[in-house]
Amino acid sequence: MLQRLRENKPAQGTLLAAPTLLWMIGLLIIPLLLTSVISFGRRSPDGDVIFTFTLDNYTRLLGYSTDCDTGQASCFNPLYMQILWRSLTLAFNTTVLVIALAYPLAYFIARAHPKRRNTFLFLVLIPLWTNFVIRVYAWMMLLRTQGVINLVLGWLAGLINVPFAPLEMLYTPGAVLVGMVYEFLPFMILPIYTSLEKIDNSLYEAAADLGASAIKTFWRVTLPLSMPGVVAGTILVFIPVMGTFIVSDILGGRQVILVGNLIQRQFLDARDPTFGSAASLILMIMTLIVTYFYTRKFGFGEEIVAA
Amino acid sequence: MNPHRRHPFILSSAMLVYVFLYAPILVLILFSFNASRANITFEGFVPKFTDRVVMDGSLVKSSPCGPFHWFCELSKNQDVLEAAGNTLTIAFTSTIISTIIGTMAALALQRYTFRLKPFSQLSLYIPIVIPEIVMGIGILTLFSQLFGVLNGALGLTGDSRLSLGLGTVIVSHIAFSVPFVTLVVQARLQGFDKSFEEAAMDLGANEWTTFRRVTFPMIVPGILSGGLLAFTLSLDDFVITFFTNGPGSTTLPIYVYGLLRRIITPQVNALSTVWILTVFAAVLLLQLLQNREQKQN
Amino acid sequence: MADFAVELRDVVKQFLTPEGNLLNAVDHVTMQIKNGEFFSMLGSSGCGKTTSLRMIAGFEWPTEGEVYIEGKAMGHTPPFQRKVNTVFQSYALFQHLTVFQNVAFGLEMEGAPKDEIEKRVKHALEMVQLTGMERRKPKQLSGGQQQRVAVARALVKVPDVLLLDEPLGALDLKLRKEMQLELKELQQQLGITFVYVTHDQEEAMTMSDRIAVMSKGKVQQMGTPVEIYERPANRFVADFIGESNFLDGKIKSLSKDEAVVIVPELNAELTGLPVSAGLVSGQDVTVSIRPEKIRIADKRLDQNSFTGEVKNTVYIGTDTHVFVDVGTKRIKVFEQNRISRLDPGSYYTIGQQVMLVMLPENVLILKKE
Repeated sequence: MLQRLRENKPAQGTLLAAPTLLWMIGLLIIPLLLTSVISFGRRSPDGDVIFTFTLDNYTRLLGYSTDCDTGQASCFNPLYMQILWRSLTLAFNTTVLVIALAYPLAYFIARAHPKRRNTFLFLVLIPLWTNFVIRVYAWMMLLRTQGVINLVLGWLAGLINVPFAPLEMLYTPGAVLVGMVYEFLPFMILPIYTSLEKIDNSLYEAAADLGASAIKTFWRVTLPLSMPGVVAGTILVFIPVMGTFIVSDILGGRQVILVGNLIQRQFLDARDPTFGSAASLILMIMTLIVTYFYTRKFGFGEEIVAA
Repeated sequence: MNPHRRHPFILSSAMLVYVFLYAPILVLILFSFNASRANITFEGFVPKFTDRVVMDGSLVKSSPCGPFHWFCELSKNQDVLEAAGNTLTIAFTSTIISTIIGTMAALALQRYTFRLKPFSQLSLYIPIVIPEIVMGIGILTLFSQLFGVLNGALGLTGDSRLSLGLGTVIVSHIAFSVPFVTLVVQARLQGFDKSFEEAAMDLGANEWTTFRRVTFPMIVPGILSGGLLAFTLSLDDFVITFFTNGPGSTTLPIYVYGLLRRIITPQVNALSTVWILTVFAAVLLLQLLQNREQKQN
Repeated sequence: MADFAVELRDVVKQFLTPEGNLLNAVDHVTMQIKNGEFFSMLGSSGCGKTTSLRMIAGFEWPTEGEVYIEGKAMGHTPPFQRKVNTVFQSYALFQHLTVFQNVAFGLEMEGAPKDEIEKRVKHALEMVQLTGMERRKPKQLSGGQQQRVAVARALVKVPDVLLLDEPLGALDLKLRKEMQLELKELQQQLGITFVYVTHDQEEAMTMSDRIAVMSKGKVQQMGTPVEIYERPANRFVADFIGESNFLDGKIKSLSKDEAVVIVPELNAELTGLPVSAGLVSGQDVTVSIRPEKIRIADKRLDQNSFTGEVKNTVYIGTDTHVFVDVGTKRIKVFEQNRISRLDPGSYYTIGQQVMLVMLPENVLILKKE
C-alpha cells in the first residue's frame, strides 16, 4: 500500500492538498455558488430564501423596480445605481488622494539610506497593525463637532481673531473619504515603494549624464518605472473601498450608503438575502474583471509585501 | 548624484504624511487618560489617587487608579474580558489548523503536479483578491441554509439547535487564513534545494523521517511566518467575523464596533491603547528575535 | 559477491519536456561496473550521465530496463533501502546540523548505538582530514572542507557503491587537483566501488580505471583511459577526448590487415592503415589522427607523407601547436618542445613549407556519421 503511494506522485500531491482543498471548496466555492444561486431567488415573507429563477434582483439593481410608490407596474428607481455610482466615485477619489499622499512618502523611503529604510517602512506598517475599527474610531474623535480638529481650528481662529463656527465634519461624505484614505494609505505606500526601490541608481545617473533635469528625470524615468507599483496599489485600494462598510457606517452615519453598506443592510436589517447576494455578486464580478486584467498585464508579485 | 534626493518638497511631504498617519493614533491614546467621561473634549488627567471613584457630573475627580482610571475600569469589564478571551481562542485555534493544512498545501503545490492543482491554486487566490464582504455573506448564507436544513432534518430545537457561534467563526477564519499561509510557505519553499531531501533518503531516512529531520527544520521559519500572519489576520478580522458570529462568540473588534454605535467613554480609548501597545510590543519583540537570529548566522 | 557491483541492463529513462515532447534522457544504456573499480561516466551536460547515476541511487526509476546492485534487481526500491550512498554536486550538507551530526546522520538511520556512532564518525573525519571540525556548522566551512564532509558522510556507512555527482565542480583548479588525488587514494585504500560522474575529461582520465563516454543518452564507448584515447570507437569519442584531425575518405582497397583510403582533401591516399571490423571496400569513412601523433619531418618517408604550408603557430610552452594547410585541409600538429631554444628562427614560421608524416599505426578509420 505504502509502496503504491510512493510510486504515485500525483496522488501524494492530491493527498497533501486535500484538507485545504476541502476547506476552500466548503467555505469559498460553495458559498459563492450559493450566493449566485440565491441571487436569482426571491425573498420569502419571513426573510428567508425562495429558490426560484428570476432576474428581479438584478433589474432592481439597475433601477427597474416592480415595487413602486405610484402604483405603476414598473418604474425607474435609480437608488441602487446611485449607490454604485457613489461608491465608484468614492473609490476613485480615495485612490487619487491615496496616490497623491503615498507617492512622496514612498519616494522618500526608496531614496533614503538603505540602513534606515527598514525603520521608515516599519513606521508605515505600525498603524496598519492597529485594528481597523480602532483607526476609524480615531477619526471619529478627530472629526466631531467638539473634536480635536475643530478645537485646533478654533484656537487658530482665535489667534487671528477670525470668527469660527465649528465645522460639521462627521457624518458627511467628506468624513468617509478621509477615513478611507487613512485606512488604505499604507496599502499604496508599500507597492509604490517596492517598484521605486527596484530602480537602479545608475538610471538616475544616466539620465543626468544625458542632460535631463530633475523634473524631466522624474517624469520620463521614475514615474513610468514605478507604474507597476501604482497599479498594484490601486488594486489594493479601489476594490476594498467599494466593499468596506465600517467606514461609511461609523463616519458617515446613516447618510452615506455604499455598495458595502447596501449588502450589509440587506443581510442584517432589510433581511433580503437574495437582493444582497445579487449586489455581492456584482461586486465580486467587478473585482475579478479588474484583477484579471491586472494579472494579465503585470503578473502577480508585489502584493506579497503585505506580510 | 540624484538631484532630488534631498529635495525639500519630498522631505516635507513625507513628514506630513507620517504626521497624518500617527496623529489620530496619538490623540486616541491621549484621550484614554481623559478625565471627562463624556469624552468629547480633553479635560485633563484624573488628578488624584484615592480609594474611591469620585465623580463631578461627567468628570472623574479622583480614582484609585489615578490617570489610569479607565484602564482599571477596563480590567473589570466582563464583556471586554470575554471578548478578548474569544478573540484569542479563535486566533489560536484557527492559526494552528490553518498553518498545518496550509503548509501541507504549499508542499503539494510547490512540488507535485496533480490534476486538481490549477483548481487549488485558483481557489487559494480568490480569497486574497475579492472583498471580504463577499466571502462573509457567502459563508453566512451557507451556514444559515445549512443549519436551517439540518435543524429541520434532525429535529433540533432550542439550545441544541445549530447556530452561529465560536465554531462558525473559527471555521471561517481558517478559510481566509489558509491562502495566506500557503502563499508564505510556498515562497519559502521556492528556494529549497531538493538535494537535501535526496541526501537524507540516500543516507537511509524514509519519507517521514526525511521530512521530520531535514525538510521541516529548514522550512520552519517560513511556517512560523505563515502562522504569525494567520494569527494577525485572525486577531484583527472584522468583516468575516461580523457575519459569522453569534451570541457568546464576540471578538474584540466586534465589541468595539458595538460600543462605537452606543456609548463612547474613554474606556474604548483605553482598550484601543492597550491593543496598540500590545501589537507594538509584539512586533518589536519579533524584530529583535529576527535580528538576533540573523546575527547568529 | 555478485559478478558486478552495479549493472544497468538496457535502461531507458524518459522525460516529458516543457514543450510536451517525450525525451529519452537515457537511451538503452547497458553497462557493468566491476567490484572495487573506479568507474567514471563522462560527457557534457544533458548526455544522461547524471540521470544514470540517479537511477543507481534510486532517485529516479527506469522507464524501461533494470538496475542491478550486487546482482539484485532494484526495481522501484527507494534510495533509503539501497546500500549505495551519494556525494552530491552541491554537497547537500544539512545546514541546521553540525559536521558531526551530518556525518552521524546515516548511522543514526541504521540505528547504531551512540558509542559506535561516535567511533565511526571520528574515524571517517580522520579519513578526510577533518578531525577537530565536529562542532562546526557547514556555513562555517570552506568549499573544500564541505566537500570532504560530504564524502565522509557517505563513506561512514561503508556502502557497496559510492556515487559521486561532479563533486569537485565548485572547487578552484588547485584544490580540485588535490582532491582528485585524495579521492583516488581513498578509493584504492578502501577498495569500495566508486561511480564518478564528470564532464571534465582530464579528471576522468586521471582518476578512473574505466570510463563510459556518453552523449545524448547513449554510451558511446566504455573502456580504460588508454583504450578510449588510443582507440576511440567513433567520431564523437575521438573528438570529445583530446583533439583529433578528421578527414573525409573512401576506402580504395581492403585486405585482411591493411587498407588504403583515398583522402580528397589531402589530394592523396593513406596506405597501410590498420583495419577494424565492419569495413568494406568503397565505403565512405572518416579518417582520424591525433595532432601529437603527426611528425614534422625533414625528408619524405615511404608512406603517408605530405607537404604543406604553415599557416599559424601557437607556443604553449610544453608544446608548439602548428597549423599546416595540406591540400584544402588545415591540419593541427602538436610538437613537443624537446629542445630548449630561444631563437625565433628556430621555430616554425608562417609560410614555411613542411613535411608532415602520418605513421599508419597512428591513423584510425572511423565510420562516417
